[in-house]
Amino acid sequence: MTTSIKKLPDIEQVLSGNGACGGCPATMALRIVGKALGPNAIMLLTPACSVASMGMTPKLGYNWPCINICFATAGSSASGITHAIEIMKEKGRLQGDLPTVFSWAGDGGTYDIGFQALSAAAERNDNFIHFCYNNEAYSNTGVQRSGATPRGSYTTTTPTGKRHPKKNMALLMLEHNIPYVATATVAYPGDLYDKVVKAKNTPGMKYIEILSPCYLGWQFDMPETVQMSRMAVKSGAWLLWEAENGKITFNNPSSQIISGKKEPAPVDEYLMKQGRFSRLLKGPDAESRIAEIQGDINREIAFMRERAKITY
Amino acid sequence: MKSPQIIMETGAHAAALAVKSARVDVVPGYPITPQTSIMEAIAAMVENGEMNARFIPVEGEHSAMAAAVAASAAGARVFTATSANGLLYMHEVLHMASGGRLPVVMCNVNRGIFAPWTLWADHQDSFAQRDTGWIQYHCSSNQEVFNTILQAFRVAEQINVPVMVNFDGFAISHCLMPLAIPPQEDIDRFLPLHEPEWRLDPTHPSSFSNVTNAAEYAPFRRMLSDDILASIALTKKAAQEYQEITGMWDGDTIDTYRLEDAEVVAFAINSMAAELKLSVDILREQGIKAGLLRPRLYLPFPAEDIISVLPQNAQVMVLDRNYNFGHQGGILASELKSALHGRRNDITVKNRVMGIGGIDLTRRFMAAEIRAMMDE
Repeated sequence: MTTSIKKLPDIEQVLSGNGACGGCPATMALRIVGKALGPNAIMLLTPACSVASMGMTPKLGYNWPCINICFATAGSSASGITHAIEIMKEKGRLQGDLPTVFSWAGDGGTYDIGFQALSAAAERNDNFIHFCYNNEAYSNTGVQRSGATPRGSYTTTTPTGKRHPKKNMALLMLEHNIPYVATATVAYPGDLYDKVVKAKNTPGMKYIEILSPCYLGWQFDMPETVQMSRMAVKSGAWLLWEAENGKITFNNPSSQIISGKKEPAPVDEYLMKQGRFSRLLKGPDAESRIAEIQGDINREIAFMRERAKITY
Repeated sequence: MKSPQIIMETGAHAAALAVKSARVDVVPGYPITPQTSIMEAIAAMVENGEMNARFIPVEGEHSAMAAAVAASAAGARVFTATSANGLLYMHEVLHMASGGRLPVVMCNVNRGIFAPWTLWADHQDSFAQRDTGWIQYHCSSNQEVFNTILQAFRVAEQINVPVMVNFDGFAISHCLMPLAIPPQEDIDRFLPLHEPEWRLDPTHPSSFSNVTNAAEYAPFRRMLSDDILASIALTKKAAQEYQEITGMWDGDTIDTYRLEDAEVVAFAINSMAAELKLSVDILREQGIKAGLLRPRLYLPFPAEDIISVLPQNAQVMVLDRNYNFGHQGGILASELKSALHGRRNDITVKNRVMGIGGIDLTRRFMAAEIRAMMDE
């Protein structure tokens, strides 16, 4: 059973008075993550929205020791910290329970510039959680395309809509044979909470990706963050799943889409709500480009359905 | 008192043994010729239990320095090593180590820079990192590599500034020389356990390297600049105390040979400076009052110490194993001229670039070069 939002712990690790935009999904997600991890953790941040919103020196809006690191280094920096605290504990220089080490990066710091170091950390199975708060663009620098930007989406570097589909980063991480991989999004906080708790209690490398609809980048109304997140899941554009030791399980409502019990909502409705697709929807070839996007979604659903059947 | 153990070792293995003696906690490493043997030796010692540390086999030098910086921020004593393009690949993270005030110690085994490829030594790689805010030592023997790594940790941890220990690829890294290893209790007395003032600690949540205003950023940079300069005095103190405990001496900020009455002074770093002692002897036999001044500390540049030891009216022959692109000659000569400007107008500085990409620098060749420079 998924933990109800009413049953989440009271503890707040995201303090009041930070610099995030109203309706920021990354900050909402971090709040849930804080409830699952508690205070005994060390946070790493690559240059991204969550750094811009954490408060300026010497203030800090997150109630953990937080280190800002070079953009490409989430994987290697987290490895450095986790090995350091483990050996210091072995040598008797640290007392008590070892803190959870977690990196908190956007899709740029995960899919693109951070990919190499993250892949290597996963291959070494170093003991930390990497979170990707995926807002499908470089939102912090003013919305440029990333490897997570879906086909058709406007960004300032894809002014007529992106021509290539996004990559399936969570699946790529799974193929590194790490013990835990999960996807989540802010409309399903209990699901996210449970996944973070599982990750916290699993030794080795863990990867959790959180779809984070950004009102600025996606161009919808600020109060609709959670609704956009839910529409992404219901249309099948975002699949909720987790893999424990390589075995993939789909979570509600994605499990019903995968099993065929429920048809995914047509993608048009989801796209119409977002200004980033508006040029494409108004263009003369709108129909074929929407069909392309629907095709990408159908392909991912079909592929993940079959991939989940492979266990070893 | 126990006497030191004398063994035959390469410079690379001398470095690895110093890292073990320093009781380093974390070593992220990535192979590159000619540094690779340091990492191999450390990986082997960690694997067989001789060294109680974590070796992190990262996927590149950028990650090696990132893991080093992060492990240091967590409170560990950290070492890594690299060469040439590996050092260049680290460049961004070198700035984080110094700006973040993290006392990482790294060996750079000097090698010429790509392109085109060369495997052999020159000093373009370490000099290209001059402005990263790292203290830089340059060593001329295997023993000095061992001794300097221990002194480097001591200085780095006193002022929270990272230190690069440089020595030449192959001439030092791969050549066997006698190596004296002081008893571990002496080393522990010289270099106590690392107890940082600050580390990433969940009982004291705080931000590290966070966004600053200009009013906050500027003092951070000024303090770094001041503390790098303070390492001159700390380098001397570390060398003296190391000598008191172990009996060994490689010089402090500088090393000199037959300098007191010299009229012609050879000025160079690294292994070529060891060979230059023999060139000085050759020149002395020819009736030339020659001497040697070797900066052991390249950054900060020990200007006062150089000014105070140079004999009156000396001709200084700077032998640079690098290019100062956009200028005539090499970088060391430029540094020296800048140090002497307005302070020692009696000194003449002459300069030649040589030994690029590992061209052999023999005592006879360098003696002949110095003779030729005298007539210029």
